[in-house]
Amino acid sequence: MDEFPLLTCIILTPAVGAVLVALTPARRPELSRAVGYAATAATAGFAGYLLWHFETGRAGYQFVEDHRWIGSLGVRYLLGVDGISLFMVALTALLFPLGLLASATLTERVKAFTVWMLILEASLLGVFLGLDLVLFFVFFEIVLVPMYFIIGGWGHENRVYAAIKFFLFTMAGSAFLLVGLLTLAFLHARAPGNDLTFDLRVLMEWAPGGLSDGTARLLFLAFFAAFAVKVPLFPLHTWLPDAHTEAPTAGSVILAGVLLKMGTYGFLRFSLTLFPEAAVDLAPLLLVLATIGITYGAIVAAMQPDLKRLIAYSSVAHLGFVVLGIFALTTQGLEGGLFTMISHGLTTSALFLLVGMLYDRRHTRQISDFGGLWKSVPILGGLFVATAFASIGLPGFSGFVGEFLALLGTFLVHRPYAIVAAVGVILAAVYLLWAVQRAFTGEPSGENATLPDLGFRELACVVPLLGLSLFLGIYPKPVIDRVEPSVKGIIEHVEDHTDYEEPAVATEGEEAER
Amino acid sequence: MIAQADPQELVTPTVDWLAIGPEIALAGAAIFIVLLRSIVRRGPWVYRASLFLAIGGVVAAGVLLGRQWNIVRDDGAIDTIAGMVRIDGFGVFLGAIVVAATLLTVLLASAYVERERLEGPEYLALVLMSATGMVAMTTANDLIVVFVALEVLSIPLYVLAAFDRRRLASQEAGIKYFVLGAFSSAILLYGIALVYGATGTTSITGIADFLAANTLLEQGVLLAGFALVLVGLGFKIAAVPFHMWTPDVYQGAPTPVTAFMSSATKVAGFAALLRVFEVAFPTYREDWRPVIAALAVLSLVVGSVAAVVQTDVKRMLAYSSIAHAGYILVGFAAASVGNRDAAARGQEAALFYLLVYAFMTIGAFAVVTVVARRRHDARHDLDDYRGLAVREPILAGLLAFFLLAQAGVPLTGGFVAKLQVFAAAVEARQYALAIVGVLAAVVAAFFYIRLVVVMFASEPEPAEGEEAVPRAAVEPGTGFVLATCAAITLVIGILPGTFLHFARDATFLL
Repeated sequence: MDEFPLLTCIILTPAVGAVLVALTPARRPELSRAVGYAATAATAGFAGYLLWHFETGRAGYQFVEDHRWIGSLGVRYLLGVDGISLFMVALTALLFPLGLLASATLTERVKAFTVWMLILEASLLGVFLGLDLVLFFVFFEIVLVPMYFIIGGWGHENRVYAAIKFFLFTMAGSAFLLVGLLTLAFLHARAPGNDLTFDLRVLMEWAPGGLSDGTARLLFLAFFAAFAVKVPLFPLHTWLPDAHTEAPTAGSVILAGVLLKMGTYGFLRFSLTLFPEAAVDLAPLLLVLATIGITYGAIVAAMQPDLKRLIAYSSVAHLGFVVLGIFALTTQGLEGGLFTMISHGLTTSALFLLVGMLYDRRHTRQISDFGGLWKSVPILGGLFVATAFASIGLPGFSGFVGEFLALLGTFLVHRPYAIVAAVGVILAAVYLLWAVQRAFTGEPSGENATLPDLGFRELACVVPLLGLSLFLGIYPKPVIDRVEPSVKGIIEHVEDHTDYEEPAVATEGEEAER
Repeated sequence: MIAQADPQELVTPTVDWLAIGPEIALAGAAIFIVLLRSIVRRGPWVYRASLFLAIGGVVAAGVLLGRQWNIVRDDGAIDTIAGMVRIDGFGVFLGAIVVAATLLTVLLASAYVERERLEGPEYLALVLMSATGMVAMTTANDLIVVFVALEVLSIPLYVLAAFDRRRLASQEAGIKYFVLGAFSSAILLYGIALVYGATGTTSITGIADFLAANTLLEQGVLLAGFALVLVGLGFKIAAVPFHMWTPDVYQGAPTPVTAFMSSATKVAGFAALLRVFEVAFPTYREDWRPVIAALAVLSLVVGSVAAVVQTDVKRMLAYSSIAHAGYILVGFAAASVGNRDAAARGQEAALFYLLVYAFMTIGAFAVVTVVARRRHDARHDLDDYRGLAVREPILAGLLAFFLLAQAGVPLTGGFVAKLQVFAAAVEARQYALAIVGVLAAVVAAFFYIRLVVVMFASEPEPAEGEEAVPRAAVEPGTGFVLATCAAITLVIGILPGTFLHFARDATFLL
């Protein structure tokens, strides 16, 4: 218990930063910015330390911190990290400094913006580190507030509408989550010999056997409501295009890069472990929704005249792969889902950053307004094309590894879904390459011919993301090694508590290897 | 005791003076203020002196309540004045909320009455008298005392609602509140009479003993009796369908009075409601719990949905207070199930919600008081809040905080309060109530957020022939109210342990 509270530091650093920024005078935006950079950089430093000292090959939670919080309800301040949350934390810690760096062009109310960004970072990190259901819910809900203000305060034309829609959709989803987790905890407490607790580690051992099938299904659906809105799964996705499009660049980056993962993370962390039986039974439903999301998102993306909206819809498709992989319930599928989460966080964030840079130059996002950009701004053009390829899932980039694993994991057990979903990969190439062709090829005319190319700051935002995507595409082992024990742990947990058996074909290759 | 006494000698019941100390302090301060005012007709220091007296009285009441709390916790409840008054944790806890709300209202009003040129000393005296009734209500152990306390708290409130007599809306609020309030008092009294007819006593614990020992052959009179009692008290807590007066009165009354009504009056009303039903009629739980649950659902739905279409901020907050009553009723419904653990949690949740709610709502109305000063409290359009964040960022930030707290966003007291209520409902297996509650919270979030949007995301409209808005400083009294409410709401949100402990100690099931 006397260990250094690393996870608390990770959450508190941006929170303290937010307080410090709030104390800086509003007339000195450069001071707010400096504190913002320092706080996010320090958080990234802590996250790096966490990555370094994370013990590879262990399935359980590490760096656990456990204190009493709300005594009469048995709510605990319980933090911990495992292979599933590790990279979500790292991704969050990476994207925030870049998001702030990309917002250096912002001139309006810089101080308030920085404060909200730092609060957002703290709450997102809390979401991925909290292991007490109520604590998780607290962070899950609090995320809405800063994100709402960021969209509503610094967004584009329709920002108010988008912000309210975002808030209400996600809040409606989490309303069910709250009732669900309370029900779960009290059902647990009612069983003889149990105390009231929201500790995930306790509940996941009890819930699979302790709940009746019907109750487990209802609770699964209650949790599902909250997570499906966040992901977002078809047909609950309608808030996403509005929110992504209207948000300022940094907002879109965080929304796509981290916020959406709260949903898929929830599936992995809570739905599968607490209600394995229901997850196995209802997996076809999720697979269908995921497949619809993949194809529908891709088709709608292809139709978008607005570049930012196009990328927003592409997120629906990408997250579809994640859900597909997760509910295939094979080791490869889960790993693929997790890997796609990381990869999508890198590539889509980079795409949003690049679109933001285009918008800074041209003040439009309409694809038809662009043309021949590759000639006039070759660095931006080159980076955009490379990022588009990374996002499509070209081999050599991280997107390929993730989608390949997810499809492989699905193909082993649910062929039809994998086949339909594979069409989505082709469609992704269609919409992105088509957009690239319209915006970047040809001869630049009018304003497009005289744009300045990327500066050093802008390069510093995008290049790390693209570089990481390339690195993980070529050498995914560091991620896979850390993720695999936890993923296997989940699969074993599901197998232990249900009749479900992971098909031998999913594991035998490995045995042959040994 | 009285019946066996010698007819020649009038035996008065023994009085534990400490037990009614808070009431004496409050009423004493009120009487001194009225005396002072009638002796010294003029002079600027009269108001200062009465303010000093009022604050002194309220603080004294608070200190006495603190003393009572310690005694009650060590030695158990005290019955005094022939069992008419029962000092227990429950009463002291709610009494303390009333006293805190009174102090905040007095401070909030201190600048307001001067600004609006109202009769300050009278105003303070009326607030203190009303608070006396409320504190008496929290410890009443006899239906007659409940009724007397109700009148003592209501009559000054009728006057207070109409206190800004130059403003038509305020007069209308006063009349409306008076007429409907008088009706509800009459209904309550009739209910008390019927209960007396059925059980032969008006003592709350006496009724419980009687009903525990006897089975009524004819239940009709008793059922009708406590139905009417429920109606009478439902009016005070503004539960649907007895809420019709709330929007008009809240909107028309001077804003500090609205703050007082929405917080302290509700606390007093719930104190009586909980005590009467939980203590006197537990044997008939199965009969009245569905009614409470229905009131809860109606209040949640009507309050949240009707608030969405309001364009007046005070009216919107009025409907939101109706919805809050719904949440407290959910806790109450959970408190009336057979399972002791669940019932204790339900009561704890209701008490805790009242505590948090008092500070959230006074804070919100305090901001409204300040914002409305340039319109002399006559208009509270949503449009008046347009761009408030640009003009007065701190004020806008505070209002946003109070609204988010009322919406139940985590790390505010509002979240913990709602969490407790839902937890109690789930533990009591009232899943339907919990689901209606969370959905109502989503609807409610919409209108809270809408006001926040107006303040933050919209540019201030160009003034149509209006003078530029002066950015006046917030008076120290109001500043103290805002700071206190915000601090308490935040602290309860982050470290609710101590406060929950108090609420748990205050439940009478333990």
